[in-house]
Amino acid sequence: MHLEVSNLHKQFQTRQGILVALKDINLCVETGEFVCAVGASGSGKSTLLRLMAGLETPTAGEVRVAGRRVTGPGPDRGMVFQNYTLYPWMNVSQNVEFGLKLRGIPAAKRRQQVSYYLEVVGLTQFAKVLPRELSGGMKQRVAIARALAVQPQILLLDEPFGALDVQTKEVMQQFLLHLWQQTQTTIFMITHDVEEAIFLSQRIYVMSARPGTIQREFHIDLAGDRTYSIRRHPQFQDYRDEITQLLRGKELESAIVTEGASV
Amino acid sequence: MQPVRMMNPVQAIDERSSRAERTLPPTVFWRISEAIPQPLTWGLATVSIVLPLIVWVMITATKSVDPLFLPTPVQVIAALQRLSADGSLTKDIGFSLFRVLSGFFCAALISIPLGILMGAFASIRSLTEPLIAIVRYMPAPAFIPLLILYFGLGELPKVLLIFIGTLFFNTLMVMDAVKFVPKELIEMTYTLGGQRLQVLLQVITPYVLPNVIDAGRVNMAASWNLVVVAELVAATEGLGRRISVAQRFLKTDEIFAGLIVIGLIGLTIDLLFRLFQRVACSWARD
Repeated sequence: MHLEVSNLHKQFQTRQGILVALKDINLCVETGEFVCAVGASGSGKSTLLRLMAGLETPTAGEVRVAGRRVTGPGPDRGMVFQNYTLYPWMNVSQNVEFGLKLRGIPAAKRRQQVSYYLEVVGLTQFAKVLPRELSGGMKQRVAIARALAVQPQILLLDEPFGALDVQTKEVMQQFLLHLWQQTQTTIFMITHDVEEAIFLSQRIYVMSARPGTIQREFHIDLAGDRTYSIRRHPQFQDYRDEITQLLRGKELESAIVTEGASV
Repeated sequence: MQPVRMMNPVQAIDERSSRAERTLPPTVFWRISEAIPQPLTWGLATVSIVLPLIVWVMITATKSVDPLFLPTPVQVIAALQRLSADGSLTKDIGFSLFRVLSGFFCAALISIPLGILMGAFASIRSLTEPLIAIVRYMPAPAFIPLLILYFGLGELPKVLLIFIGTLFFNTLMVMDAVKFVPKELIEMTYTLGGQRLQVLLQVITPYVLPNVIDAGRVNMAASWNLVVVAELVAATEGLGRRISVAQRFLKTDEIFAGLIVIGLIGLTIDLLFRLFQRVACSWARD
């Protein structure tokens, strides 16, 4: 088992009292797997990812990567945020190179690595361009290349296409799927987009909100290649309806509860 | 009945807007937060320099003010030539520049790292901010008597005055700039394997560099104010000294000459800062 989350619990102290963001989270990601967690806002999915990255510390429970307990952020868990987090003063190739530089990898090795990953994300001819001159989709490709360049055990994606327009998003989904097949990287991604999750992943954890818990786990078995047309496949639509229903049911329920409480 | 009633306010707004035309009238000069045409920019910039000059010439030409108090532009230029001919202007500029630059440089040397540390670490901030917040409200010129008592009348008290006057504001401005470094950029660096020192030196510092240069520009202007203050009180040379001596002998033309030189040097330094910012932080240009 590659990434393992056991009995994870996270609460925050707020002015209104204690907020339980995550409760009894148990999940795993196998080596080479592509797993998504879907949930509405407030389901604590971002918190979950931050705990995996080591950017937050759990209230109880633990995260293990390749058997080692996560105590803080490290290069074994690559991260891509929703917002573009490129270093604005570095060009594309310097951005991709930066993680290697931080770890003191010699220049020759770095150059080799950078040109490989720029090739993988198809940005070789943009190597000398500054981030502000790139489109949103290209920025995310650079961010992915930068995360991959340090060769992490697992890639953690925090709604990486959430800020992109619909057309770019589709292209990027196809790109990510292709990249995953090509590099055999283990990927854990969170999203609120159900179709995106089904399209990309082998397994989906559906999360419910307040407190964030894992509601159900889906194994996605889709016949044939995953191309854009697979979205019209009845199997795909069955998954989508079921997951959407699950999310909507919870959402309605909590809406009614809140309304009842406020009256 | 109720739904119909709820629509009434909407209708009322409709009627009001059709009665009074509320479209934004077009304008070039008064567009908020927008650029104006290039020729207009240059035209207005010229007016801002030439208009005061014309007013000056007119007042002196009509002799409506005693020439003793307001020299003509020609007299001021003559004074400038006189002062530069005997070498005293160059010497004064040299002394004032030396004081400003050394005081400012020492202040920058401490305030930039300190500001970055304060911005990055809440612990350092708690440790230093209360003291700085108090001291920065003490006017730097108020330190002159103490500085003279401690260090006499040499160069040290003057340089120190500029140092004190620049240090605290610059520190706080750098600190504020660090607060605007996106948290995600720092976290990203951690997940790439970066250590805290690396984040400080290789992420935060380059990110705030444009703002640090800006802060330097602002505080350099303050340094120029202070050097004149210091020289007015106690000095044997320097532009401020020149002005105060000129006052004693009623040489208003030399006072004007000194003021203009100070203004021009300040402008030059300001432009150099902007040039430096352009070259060093071309990525931040909008």
